[in-house]
Amino acid sequence: MWSTVGGNCGSGCREWQAGRMRIVVCVKHVPELESARAFSEGRAVRSTEDGTLNEVDENAVEAALALGEGASEAEVIAVTVGPAPAVDAVRRALQMGADRGLHVIDDALVGADYAATTTALAAAVRSIGEVDAVVTGMAALDGLGAVVPSLLAAELGLPQMTVAHEVSSADGVVTIKRDVAGATETWRAPLPAVISVTDVANSPRLPKMKEILAARSKEVATVSLADLGLAAADVVSRTQVLEASRRPDRAGPELVTDDDGQGGRKLADYLISEGLI
Amino acid sequence: MATAVVYLDGDPREGVLEAVTLARQVGDVVAVAPAPLGSEAVQTLGRYGVTRLVHLETGGVAMDAPAAVGQALADAATQLDATAVLLTSTFGTKEIAAHTAHHLRAGLLVDVGDLRLHEGHLAGSKRAFGGTWDTSCAVTTDRGVATVRPNAVQAEPVQTPVDVVTGALTVTAQVPAGLELVSREVHDSDSARPPLAEAAIVVAAGRGTFGDFDPVHELADVLGAAVGTTRDCVDEGWLPHDAQVGQTGVTVAPRLYLGAGISGAPHHIGGMSASQTIVAVNIDAEAPLVEMADFAVVGDLASVLTDAAEAIREHRAQS
Ligand SMILES: Cc1cc2nc3c(=O)[nH]c(=O)nc-3n(C[C@H](O)[C@H](O)[C@H](O)COP(=O)(O)OP(=O)(O)OC[C@H]3O[C@@H](n4cnc5c(N)ncnc54)[C@H](O)[C@@H]3O)c2cc1C
Ligand SMILES: Nc1ncnc2c1ncn2[C@@H]1O[C@H](COP(=O)(O)O)[C@@H](O)[C@H]1O
Repeated sequence: MWSTVGGNCGSGCREWQAGRMRIVVCVKHVPELESARAFSEGRAVRSTEDGTLNEVDENAVEAALALGEGASEAEVIAVTVGPAPAVDAVRRALQMGADRGLHVIDDALVGADYAATTTALAAAVRSIGEVDAVVTGMAALDGLGAVVPSLLAAELGLPQMTVAHEVSSADGVVTIKRDVAGATETWRAPLPAVISVTDVANSPRLPKMKEILAARSKEVATVSLADLGLAAADVVSRTQVLEASRRPDRAGPELVTDDDGQGGRKLADYLISEGLI
Repeated sequence: MATAVVYLDGDPREGVLEAVTLARQVGDVVAVAPAPLGSEAVQTLGRYGVTRLVHLETGGVAMDAPAAVGQALADAATQLDATAVLLTSTFGTKEIAAHTAHHLRAGLLVDVGDLRLHEGHLAGSKRAFGGTWDTSCAVTTDRGVATVRPNAVQAEPVQTPVDVVTGALTVTAQVPAGLELVSREVHDSDSARPPLAEAAIVVAAGRGTFGDFDPVHELADVLGAAVGTTRDCVDEGWLPHDAQVGQTGVTVAPRLYLGAGISGAPHHIGGMSASQTIVAVNIDAEAPLVEMADFAVVGDLASVLTDAAEAIREHRAQS
């Protein structure tokens, strides 16, 4: 945590020195959107091979590393909640420079909704002890929910600084800029806080071979709900899937070419015939 | 009869009236606003069947932070004994919805296109996984919170307008300690065009424009459409970030989405796949956006869009 040291910089000025800083970054493994997927018994079934780290979570890892750079000693911990393949998301974060990983995996979490996922994530954060910041991506590509960061902030009782396209920190205070609802907002809060970032917040570093190799020896703790002090009953989804049906395969478009210079006219005819004009 | 609370953060716009229209499927509709509304707004709500409008009294707590608004809304929902709390779907309102659901310990449905009660619990449907699946979900809690995507239904007035009962409701709201809104600058809006997130028609264009958006704007204006784009064009500085459709931009689900010179990356498709009719214009017949379209023109967007605009103008002149 931040600690005060005697400053010598004139009247009323306190000099802060970051002592140990601990930052959690939440990373999600999402299915490759083009891959074959299925719902079964009301759950999304995911196969191992075809997932990736939710790309904007790389921006979250980068932001977490950057926050730590202001500290004399920083630890960045990558956390994921998900089935076995989800550990790949943590591994990617470790390659980028996170120090260690935490993977929450439990049968009771299969089919978890936002509420249940957040309960598990929050418990994982708490199990780490005192943390200065929790950083996430702004939205996961699979559902584009963009609600986990807010739920996490509520659950942990921390201020939220979400959808940030700019993050800066000084003296234990974080300032972010965000664009929402046609306005640019600047928010400020003392740490600890929950921060979610957009894809333009930074440029995620590309790990080099050396870092990729080094990441192999970094520790990833695999924990169950019980390890986090939670019973299955504490992590109940508050929604249930009633029905899931694959939309009929698209027939493919009604395709016209503009080779004859009539493409624009045919487009207009289509819009008119569909009653869209 | 069940009560459905609809949150509105200003005068009732199309998206809110659509949510009100859906809310009538659930129960008696009570609108909740952070501040009192003018008489015209109240009358509009009455025409859409809202029976009661309450504004939130927070004892001076600012309604800026999503956490504070979400808490206030949850308190209102409890006092009104609401079965459903409904908001339109935008980044800002989804954050409020998350906090509301947290405080109510309620199930949260995001981006639904319809609403109903399933054995007394709020239920709704949404598209999932880049538009390849339709799923229908119900909350398992007594109260449910849902965000409703714009354009899922047409807003419909009720047969007989209702006299809306208005009043204040005192609620608890707290801004998380130390959190402070330093500044808020409203962007110059493209006022001649409808807002992207709510527009019934979106004309979007990508890298295939090579930066020339004139044909795009021309067609958009003929159609009364909003203009959207891809991240690559925002990166190029061709259009502002407000126009970006996709995972890290705006989610749209208009009646008609027309994408020109857009390849259809998963990041983009996630943000438009719930559109009702999808049209693509691309020189590449195998671009993913072409493959998912209902209708596509293979050709140079500059001439296709200009010719289409011309043909629509002619059609209008004749009819
Ligand atoms: C974390 C992350 C988040 C992202 N978020 C988003 C997001 O929110 N929204 C988003 O859009 N992207 C997003 N992206 C970027 C996305 O991956 C794609 O790079 C982007 O959508 C591609 O934009 P484009 O279709 O304009 O360009 P391209 O992929 O280059 O496609 C251009 C298309 O134009 C066609 N074309 C070329 N010339 C012509 C012509 N004369 N007439 C007609 N067609 C022509 C080509 O055939 C091609 O299909 C994100 C990426 C990452 C990593
Ligand atoms: N299961 C999960 N494990 C770890 N992080 C997650 C998980 N789900 C969501 N997140 C984080 O929350 C962000 C927003 O996700 P969502 O609200 O699902 O769109 C993601 O970018 C992640 O940083």
